[in-house]
Amino acid sequence: MSDTAVKHYIEELHRLQESLPGDKLSLIREAAMGQFQARGFPTTRQENWKYTDVKPIARSAFGIAEAKPATGYEKQLEHARLSGLDSHELVFINGRFSVEHSRSQDLPQGVVLEDMSSAVNNHSMLVDSVMSNTTLNDQSNPFNILNTAFIHDGVLIHVPDDCSIDKPINLIYLSGYSDNEFSAHPRNLIFLGSGARLTVIENYVGAKDRQYFINTVTDAVLSSNAALTHYKLQQESVESYHIGNLNIYQDRDSQVNSHSISLGGALVRNDIKVQLDAEGAGVLLNGLYMANGKQHIDNHTLINHLQQHTTSEEHYRGVLNDRGRGVFNGKVVVHKDAQKTDAAQSNANLLLSDQAEIDTKPELEIYADDVKCSHGSTVGQLDKDMMFYLRSRAIDEATAKSILTYAFAEEVIKRIEIEQIRHYLEYQVIGRLPDAELIKEFTHE
Amino acid sequence: MASKSQDVEALVKKEYEHGFFTDIDSDTVAPGLSDDVIAFISKKKDEPDWLLEWRLKAFHNWQKMSEPTWAHVHYPPIDYQAISYYSAPKSKKDGPKSLDDVDPKLLETYEKLGIPLHEQKMLAGVAVDAVFDSVSVATTFKEKLADAGVIFCSFSEAVQDHPELVKKYLGTVVPAADNFYAALNSAVFTDGSFCYIPKNTRCPMELSTYFRINASNTGQFERTLIIAEEGSYVSYLEGCTAPMRDENQLHAAVVELVALDNAAIKYSTVQNWYPGDENGKGGIYNFVTKRGDCRGVSSKISWTQVETGSAITWKYPSCLLRGDNSVGEFYSVAVTNNYQQADTGTKMIHLGKNTRSTIISKGISAGHAENAYRGLVRISAKADNARNYTQCDSLLMGDKCGAHTFPYIEAKNASAQVEHEATTSKIGDDQLFYCRQRGISEEDAVNMIVNGFCKEVFKELPMEFAVEAQKLLGVTLEGAVG
Repeated sequence: MSDTAVKHYIEELHRLQESLPGDKLSLIREAAMGQFQARGFPTTRQENWKYTDVKPIARSAFGIAEAKPATGYEKQLEHARLSGLDSHELVFINGRFSVEHSRSQDLPQGVVLEDMSSAVNNHSMLVDSVMSNTTLNDQSNPFNILNTAFIHDGVLIHVPDDCSIDKPINLIYLSGYSDNEFSAHPRNLIFLGSGARLTVIENYVGAKDRQYFINTVTDAVLSSNAALTHYKLQQESVESYHIGNLNIYQDRDSQVNSHSISLGGALVRNDIKVQLDAEGAGVLLNGLYMANGKQHIDNHTLINHLQQHTTSEEHYRGVLNDRGRGVFNGKVVVHKDAQKTDAAQSNANLLLSDQAEIDTKPELEIYADDVKCSHGSTVGQLDKDMMFYLRSRAIDEATAKSILTYAFAEEVIKRIEIEQIRHYLEYQVIGRLPDAELIKEFTHE
Repeated sequence: MASKSQDVEALVKKEYEHGFFTDIDSDTVAPGLSDDVIAFISKKKDEPDWLLEWRLKAFHNWQKMSEPTWAHVHYPPIDYQAISYYSAPKSKKDGPKSLDDVDPKLLETYEKLGIPLHEQKMLAGVAVDAVFDSVSVATTFKEKLADAGVIFCSFSEAVQDHPELVKKYLGTVVPAADNFYAALNSAVFTDGSFCYIPKNTRCPMELSTYFRINASNTGQFERTLIIAEEGSYVSYLEGCTAPMRDENQLHAAVVELVALDNAAIKYSTVQNWYPGDENGKGGIYNFVTKRGDCRGVSSKISWTQVETGSAITWKYPSCLLRGDNSVGEFYSVAVTNNYQQADTGTKMIHLGKNTRSTIISKGISAGHAENAYRGLVRISAKADNARNYTQCDSLLMGDKCGAHTFPYIEAKNASAQVEHEATTSKIGDDQLFYCRQRGISEEDAVNMIVNGFCKEVFKELPMEFAVEAQKLLGVTLEGAVG
């Protein structure tokens, strides 16, 4: 079964290659496809995929999305925008870059913000440096490799030394509005020079009940003292498949804050891999996943402390309802030379239904002695005393539940620095709970 | 706490205390494993046909299985055909009726180990079923236990005297095809302990077995089966030492516990097998399957283990919480030094309603050792109001060692409450400074701090074991700091 799926993707690649004669990336694509062919789709017999079965993805074998006409989508775009947030906006329709919908003005001198197909020609050195970097590029993840095999759409962002982009770069992915049953493999490359600062938002929005497969990869390389804030807001169609890889490499005294919010998708898998490769590098991973209906949301994070005096902090929370299933795997590896590492990790889960399931595995692998590492993981329900408190104040049970569920999720949302995103998420999260209108009264700031 | 200051250098060089070798003519079968060898073992032990069939079935299953590689341990491949699967002290045929009949050489060995059987009978109040090289040679306190209706004997005796019980329960907790090592054990086990506590009986004394590996080149495959009938209670102690030798020895035991309605089993282990020398040469491979089945309502199984020995430990004493309101507990201290590797933990499978489990695991890693906690807490869909609390702490001594935590939590019930906490740190400089400032030597200070770190687990051990465990910890960590 997996073999036919692999064959399908090989054919799709031929189709893509023929449409892009003389493309600089064709060799990279071929090589990656060779690797993918050798590896195939992962199975639940592999430890990393123990709880997530990707057979539905292999079975569906969607074709690569076509580039879309320039007009339309205004309404959807408006819906996906974060109201009140001024940003540089790049829009992808079904994973294909849409220059007509995108707008970026007043970028500081020297900043590169280009879509991949032109970046390949104008900044081939940068593109090559990521593609040839095996520590950054996750060769062990088949979907990461599959993305490389179809590398074409996406953005290249390069922020030069000591440059700071004040407005966030907002990547909006609209999927399924005009097309059904397609696959897309967007790839983003982010480079931050010494002391550079950047905020990137990846916002995935899907048409209701449409089926498609998005397989996205973002690679980020931070030089010393650079700072990156990365948001991933995932609200794909609840019938869609979404696989995302975020690979981060950090140099001295750099800082990454990652916020990952997964609300949509039928089968979702997010992988975050962080390499803290110099003193003073630090990372914050903040995440929320909410699975309703039959959603399956899997978050895997891997933090490699490679050098001494590196810090990591991780907070993931999950709300599982109906037949929803959540998977969390947080791995922290403290390598031999990484003395004075400070790593803290927590994963809390709210199980709201008897059919819901959570499989969580916080892992620590430690090879240095002078470290401070901890992790905690909980599975539980809404606090009875809190429920009683609200009920005794004449709030009906459903509303009380929603308020407390929201309060649980808010622990993650409140770590988000940008006010507009916070409001947007509050709106989205509350919108998914019963008695949404009522709770909004309680949560208004 | 040891008070005299000791020369650290001397301690590092100190050789394994129990490293001696008793020369007894062993009735050993040639190395290798086949249907014939299994038939030989079975015949030698005069076993009924159903047991031989059971063994052969396990063996055929085993042939289809491959060695597990998921554990965080590394060792050269084991040649299972190079191991001799049977050895018994020669004097077995006559069967010693009392201590006088026992080979004096054997008794001498026990003296060295600090378990003088004849004295223990009076002093310790502990029944010792001493297993020497796979075959029980002396059992004490039989009469007293018989009065209470408790059956406590070697596994081979149980097969002869109580075949119906053995047949009813053997392999029901750890099926013969459960895993690679359990299948191997099921095929070739030579002896072990059997214990049956009748209804509403509180076992009048702590039951204890000292295992000992002796003949060179012999794998040891014990099988322990404990059945606690309704409303009964038993506390079972298992302690081990092994002589020094160069080749690695394989040990693949299986322990099965069955607790029926309102029964409680407390199983304590102090494991101090030869861990190999300071260069990682030699040592025991300890691949053990231990599982308890809380079959009845409100039953309880409690595992307490102190693991200080063995070159490689692969061991996950588990609880199947099937009965409603049943309780599972796991208290563990695992210490690794030099080149020892341990991958140990537990599984708590919650199947019944209102089931509770507690996991307290303390790992201490020193030298070049690797110490991993691997645990699974599974709350099945029907286990309403299940509760688990897990805490695993690791202590690192030295920058060449590793400490790892791999906890799996699977919850499928909305009333489940699961908590997991883990920390990893080294001995606090402040704590050490505080002790040193008050004139306590570094070695003693470390000992004291480590014992404090493990206190929660030690307090679960029976008194005599707790003392022994503290001493063992000190011996194992000698030379780790300083």
